Amino acid sequence: MISRLANPARFMRLSAALLPWCAWATLAVTALGLYLALFAAPADYQQGEAVRIMYVHVPAAWMALNVYLFVAVASAVALVWRHPLAEIAARSAASIGAAFTFVCLTTGSLWGRPMWGAWWVWDARLTSVLVLFFLYLGYIGLVNGFDDPARGGRAGSVLALVGVVNLPIIKFSVDWWNTLHQPASVLRLGKPTIALSMLTPLLVMALGFTLLFATLLLLRMRAELNERKALALRLNTRPATAPPPTRAEAAAPAHPGGAAIRQAR
Amino acid sequence: MSAAAAYFAMGGYAVFVWPAYAITGAVLGGLAVASWRRYRNSARALERLQRQLGARR
Repeated sequence: MISRLANPARFMRLSAALLPWCAWATLAVTALGLYLALFAAPADYQQGEAVRIMYVHVPAAWMALNVYLFVAVASAVALVWRHPLAEIAARSAASIGAAFTFVCLTTGSLWGRPMWGAWWVWDARLTSVLVLFFLYLGYIGLVNGFDDPARGGRAGSVLALVGVVNLPIIKFSVDWWNTLHQPASVLRLGKPTIALSMLTPLLVMALGFTLLFATLLLLRMRAELNERKALALRLNTRPATAPPPTRAEAAAPAHPGGAAIRQAR
Repeated sequence: MSAAAAYFAMGGYAVFVWPAYAITGAVLGGLAVASWRRYRNSARALERLQRQLGARR
């Protein structure tokens, strides 16, 4: 028991020290990125000012994929080694990944309307990213769908691993099929096909989004660990005849008279 | 057209560029606020619980 708690305890100490640095770095880098994206970067010779949508759309898309990979690797670690923090990391990252995917889809739609003349097309890239969004939602629903977080975590981990098949489909969809979506211009073999004056703001925004992910991940993992500790404390102190508390009950702020009410039951 | 108005017009793409940034800010900012609130509530609840249990012993 002590060895199982040792790692989360160490994580709580380490994350408390790391969190303010991550949060301030996120704000600073994102502010710089927004300045570069909205003021310093030039308009595109073909797309005009609409190209500025790229500086939120593309980093959001990278994060959507990378966070899913993170969820899948953490799920694998949770399934194979039963590391207590791995499952919590996967669960905490999924909502952040879903948010990035949503941002990617909506900003893409706002970019597609003026450039392609359509808010949405069912092409391979767009459809596979929509599937990624539903995978995130399915995972979140599954891990929260059980009263016992360990069971939900296992079910979710399996779904996350199965969904990995979608990642190469998204990445290579623009090469495998004729899509309206343009092919990769940064992460490709050989030199990027994008001008440095546009590449720099793009990479700064990507760094900002990555730092945001780190900040929110630490914050959400800490919240999850607090909630589980509270749940464990309540389970241990409850009379044996009382029904077990649900997750929502355990997560709710303790009622001032809560302990007395439970004792009376 | 003043320089500021020209800037906000985004070369005629204002209705696409600004909503894209607004949605990004709202979604990611909203998630950050929600995550922070959840963390703060969880820390308070745990602290209160530990105080109650400590007092009972």
